[in-house]
Amino acid sequence: MLNFLLSRLLTFIPTFIGVTLISFSFIRVLPGDPIIVMAGERGMSEERYNELRAQFGFDQPLFSQYWDYMTGVLQGDLGTSFVTKKPVFDEFFALFPATLELSLCAITLAILLGIPAGVIAAINRGKFFDRALMSSALVGYSMPIFWWALLMIIVFSGILGWTPVSGRISLMFYFDDVTGFMLIDSLLSGQAGAFKSAVSHLVLPTIVLATIPLAVIARQTRSAMLEVLGEDYIRTARAKGLPPSRITYVHALRNALIPVITVIGLLVGTLLAGAILTETIFSWPGIGKWMVDSIYRRDYPVVQGGLMLIAVMVMVVNLTVDLLYGLINPKIRKS
Amino acid sequence: MKISRTVTAALLGATVIAGAASAKTLVYCSEGSPEGFDPALYTSGTTFDASSHPIYNRLVEFETGTTNVVPGLAESWESSEDGLEYTFNLRKGVKFHSNDAFTPTRDFNADDVIFSFERQWKEENPYNQVSGGTWEYFGGMSMPDLLKEIVKVDDYTVKFVLNRPEAPMVANLAMDFASILSAEYGDAMLAAGTPEQLNQAPVGTGPFKFVAYQKDAVIRYAANPDYWQEPSPLENLVFAITPDASVRYQKMKAGECHVMPYPNPADLEAMSTDEDINLLQQEGLNVGYLAYNAQVAPFDNPKVRKALNMAIDKNAIIDVVFQGAGVVAKNPIPPTIWSYNDAVEDDPYDPEAAKAALEAEGVTDLSMKIWAMPVQRPYNPNARRMAELMQEDFSKIGVDVEVVSYEWGEYLSRSKELDRDGAILLGWTGDNGDPDNFLAVLLGCDGVGKSNRAQWCNEEFDALIQKAKVTSDVAERTKLYEEAQVVFKREAPWATIAHSTVFMPVRPEVEGYKVHPLGGHIFYGVDLK
Repeated sequence: MLNFLLSRLLTFIPTFIGVTLISFSFIRVLPGDPIIVMAGERGMSEERYNELRAQFGFDQPLFSQYWDYMTGVLQGDLGTSFVTKKPVFDEFFALFPATLELSLCAITLAILLGIPAGVIAAINRGKFFDRALMSSALVGYSMPIFWWALLMIIVFSGILGWTPVSGRISLMFYFDDVTGFMLIDSLLSGQAGAFKSAVSHLVLPTIVLATIPLAVIARQTRSAMLEVLGEDYIRTARAKGLPPSRITYVHALRNALIPVITVIGLLVGTLLAGAILTETIFSWPGIGKWMVDSIYRRDYPVVQGGLMLIAVMVMVVNLTVDLLYGLINPKIRKS
Repeated sequence: MKISRTVTAALLGATVIAGAASAKTLVYCSEGSPEGFDPALYTSGTTFDASSHPIYNRLVEFETGTTNVVPGLAESWESSEDGLEYTFNLRKGVKFHSNDAFTPTRDFNADDVIFSFERQWKEENPYNQVSGGTWEYFGGMSMPDLLKEIVKVDDYTVKFVLNRPEAPMVANLAMDFASILSAEYGDAMLAAGTPEQLNQAPVGTGPFKFVAYQKDAVIRYAANPDYWQEPSPLENLVFAITPDASVRYQKMKAGECHVMPYPNPADLEAMSTDEDINLLQQEGLNVGYLAYNAQVAPFDNPKVRKALNMAIDKNAIIDVVFQGAGVVAKNPIPPTIWSYNDAVEDDPYDPEAAKAALEAEGVTDLSMKIWAMPVQRPYNPNARRMAELMQEDFSKIGVDVEVVSYEWGEYLSRSKELDRDGAILLGWTGDNGDPDNFLAVLLGCDGVGKSNRAQWCNEEFDALIQKAKVTSDVAERTKLYEEAQVVFKREAPWATIAHSTVFMPVRPEVEGYKVHPLGGHIFYGVDLK
């Protein structure tokens, strides 16, 4: 197991260097000079332009810019945002809990509903429930998040008035961040109604962000279950006279879960992509919106640092998934 | 059933709370996050709304709802005969805000004025490089060239000495970058080793005190009880940052906010009949234009430019691109600016005459490029669509148009090139309500190769605006600018397209909100019923 972990960790290093190189060069390859974008229609004098170039280090050769950047990164300094003038690291970790809270709620909802739905569809293959479920999964998967979110807001907030329109908590509540997770902080604040308000604000964005992962998980679970249910050992178990529920949930599901877990690991990327739109629409102060703003403003340090941190997160999640395989399937652990 | 009812009640409760808390709390659903809270470091309106308007004052102010300059922290001012000296008499008894880290020990005085400008101006000032030190507007308004010195005559008198006469000087001092910060706070933060706090925990003299900012979520302010004018009737002011315009509208309907900026043009019709919303409107202080390159044939011929102008159906553009939220522009300055020459007649829309005029100049089989901006601006919400409409208009007079576009940064820099191929769509939003800010910046000879995208240098026009720049008498300046607009129309370096209309949806309980022509959103003087 230790060897397995070590070999996985070793692959981190080239991946990490690759990610920093790509994030560093991509934003620079894109046309658009951040200083000119900053000045807008007004423009600026040649002299001022050169002064700012020197200040931001753009007058150095690309290689030396990258070298300086990496030296900083290895010392835990991701640079300072051109726009807000605050360290990228601080900004990321101030906003990340909001994204994490929303993503965790969404993926939990997707797993809790998606796996049982997939299992039931597999057992009832070809019947009405299966067809209805798979068609809605297809719709869910193809739904434009932007449109879906607005529709939810108009129906549940606008017409029915059940949920607040946007934000993380009612403006009436005001307390300092402790963990950055609104559900926990609202409880810690001890203010009556704060937790309820935080939950009510989470409902719509969670549903919206969970929609695509839910569809993917349900479909994946269904097909994995169908495959496993056709295996010889399941037939043997049936022949032995085991109760159907035990066959489904103990013998079949455990094996079917391996591809599902892979998919859940890969969904982290989808979640972050979805978070960008979801956060913008629901005025959710997370890293998705922060990254989009910084791309528009050509805020190089934020784009580079943000991409790198996100990539590290994805790498960590994938590593966790790999380790989970090992737990579920001893064959992988041994190989 | 019981559970679902409880949940529904809980959710309902949470929605209504926001309304209940707003007895004297005004919630403004702002469109984005401020870049910081030091208005001199930035150029975006979003940042000014969150910093200079609520928190700070300036020596002189724009009267809310107009471009008139009125006394602010200076009670009065006079200029010398030669226009080189401006002396400001400062108001006494003005208090700065306090916060956890700072309590002022003295009232506002001349030191604060000197500090506020020198930090942007003098490299030896310890604040010159703090927070990146990008003093865009200070540079953009040519202050480093203009200022010779700022002299403290006594504690309550400050004199600005200029290198050359500049009539718009007083209006410049009403701009956001000229906000007055506390020198004492600056010293205290420097001593504490946290100079960036000036940008993050702002202290000013304005009607609202900064309370807290949760990035990308909420900004909170409290009324300043010691304000030197009548304190604000609102107890609290909250900015709920809501980037999506449709969501802002839903929040307005749900009573989660009282005022919102920048509605979707598509929502305007519904808003105008919505009982929960008063839709205020005013013409914006901007102009959208198509600038020909007056240095490249055949566009160096005013008659050719004039002919092309006659081929553009501007009303169709207002309908399609602005969806009615704009007015046709005939002058290079908007009608809300003084000296707007209403006697100027716009070129008629007449494709037949346009075609004939082109032929008369010997121009046939003309093909040209139109540059369309890749971004949305108030003066041009959809440049691509606008360019396509012009393409169609020009095809009717036999002119073949290719629409091109570049990434915004590229667009801005390439469009300055003297030999640029094609006419370019661009625009301008006024900074200080002075005609000089449009006419000199965008059409003056100094701007060729820079902000003068038409690359047009006309001696007659330039002499008029240069004379107006050094004349302090407003009536005299008005005459000069009116004349300049006549020359502009005759020479036609641009096709003037439109001035956008600014719409501000506010809830019916909001009283006293005025749409500000300079684009800011100002809550001093606003009350809730």
